[in-house]
Amino acid sequence: MEFAPKQDQSKNPVLIPVDGPIQRTQYPYVTGTSVVAIKYKDGILMAADMGGSYGSTLRYKSVERIKPIGKHSLLGGSGEISDFQEILRYLDELILNDNMWDDGNSLGPKEVHSYLTRVMYNRRNKFDPLWNSLVLGGVKKGQKYLGMVTMIGVNFEDNHVATGFGNHLARPILRDEWHEDISFEDGVKLLEKCMRVLLYRDRSAVNKIQISKLTEEGVTPFPPYSLKTYWGFSSFHNPTVGAEGSW
Amino acid sequence: MFRNQYDTDVTTWSPAGRLFQVEYAMEAVKQGSAAIGLRSKSHVVLACVNKANNELSSHQKKIFKVDDHIGVAIAGLTADGRVLSRYMRSECINYSFTYESPLPVGRLVVQLADKAQVCTQRSWKRPYGVGLLVAGLDESGAHLYYNCPSGNYFEYQAFAIGSRSQAAKTYLERKFETFLDSSRDDLVKHALIAIRETLQGETLKSSICTIAVVGVGEAFHTLDQETVQQMINAFEIVVEDEPPAADPGTSAGEGGAAAEGVSPPEEGAAPMEI
Repeated sequence: MEFAPKQDQSKNPVLIPVDGPIQRTQYPYVTGTSVVAIKYKDGILMAADMGGSYGSTLRYKSVERIKPIGKHSLLGGSGEISDFQEILRYLDELILNDNMWDDGNSLGPKEVHSYLTRVMYNRRNKFDPLWNSLVLGGVKKGQKYLGMVTMIGVNFEDNHVATGFGNHLARPILRDEWHEDISFEDGVKLLEKCMRVLLYRDRSAVNKIQISKLTEEGVTPFPPYSLKTYWGFSSFHNPTVGAEGSW
Repeated sequence: MFRNQYDTDVTTWSPAGRLFQVEYAMEAVKQGSAAIGLRSKSHVVLACVNKANNELSSHQKKIFKVDDHIGVAIAGLTADGRVLSRYMRSECINYSFTYESPLPVGRLVVQLADKAQVCTQRSWKRPYGVGLLVAGLDESGAHLYYNCPSGNYFEYQAFAIGSRSQAAKTYLERKFETFLDSSRDDLVKHALIAIRETLQGETLKSSICTIAVVGVGEAFHTLDQETVQQMINAFEIVVEDEPPAADPGTSAGEGGAAAEGVSPPEEGAAPMEI
């Protein structure tokens, strides 16, 4: 593969491939923020807000960032929304072809996760990444599976995963409070706790969250709702009392 | 078979709606040495006769491991069989790499059949001259398939292909109802007896046959000669004690039936020959 030296927007020297249309590392435009997911007693619980940010503007407020894949899996995505939709198209084709075999075999969550890892890593190698961090969860034949893939192809499997800010704010909570075979009610409460922290601290979070549940029987997306927040801290009452002229 | 004017090209139909080149390819399978497969719910056993051309040479490899959960036995043009095995291995490893999961044997078999079909519809190709008995596992358990040069594939409880396979088929037809719930060792025993049917009175010993097994929790592998010989000895002693049980050959449609009836005393000598 041939490379030619060029300069990117901020005048940094950059190597880009010469053959084919010139590709370069993109900038994301409309983005979704964290996705948080946990394994629970009967399967997987996944939560994400419905925000699509356009830079620093909270532009779209009804973006579904969690989608069911086939019979056995749930995909949550953060990052560039258009790339997430592209991934949904890839997976749609994959599941369609799998169903067309009509032979009693079906792709489980582990297989879908491995496939996504290959796609993300190969795009990264071409310097043309899909700008997403994906969470793939599922249940097949009683086996629960929860995995994560990033835009550079880093992938792993765990009992609880999160993307973006969720990794820094939600996972410590999950490490402390998650346990094997957590009940549905406790699982939802735990996810709400994580999403509330993210709502307070992540500037691109919006207060309209969607939780989806996946069990052996199938996917149940719950209708979106808002979290209760508390702003009545005494230091918010007279914020300028200690510093004249500030706001 | 008769020569006629419609058999030069695989892309020429005969007036009766036949493709003679494909049928001639299936003849090549019948000329190869015998291969047998049988399965239970959880295991599949492949067995074949390995005859070397002469005492000086080694015998041809007829059983190939395709992946941990799939293996294949061939009959016919061994070179064609080797090439198709390489294709199957390639497909399995690519699927494993992408999905980190074993390729379901049913899907591999369809891909193989489609590949064979291509050769029946291109004027610059010829059909593969090899029949494949594919043994493997998928989500629904153990399976045995037969892929023929025509591009057709069938699933079987038990099957035999190659020369003198009819004797083995007759034995398998009598016993197949017990296979589904058989133990792994019983399946191997049945495979060995079926192989013996094709030998037409010749002594069954582990140097002229190969056995391979795949099952739930057991990766595809070929049994070593010693193990096979021990199994042969084990059931042949039983066979000597019960002469009526040793006459499956007499019900066979083969001309060698008379030789079968004489075999028990000869087989008693078999272990000493090794």
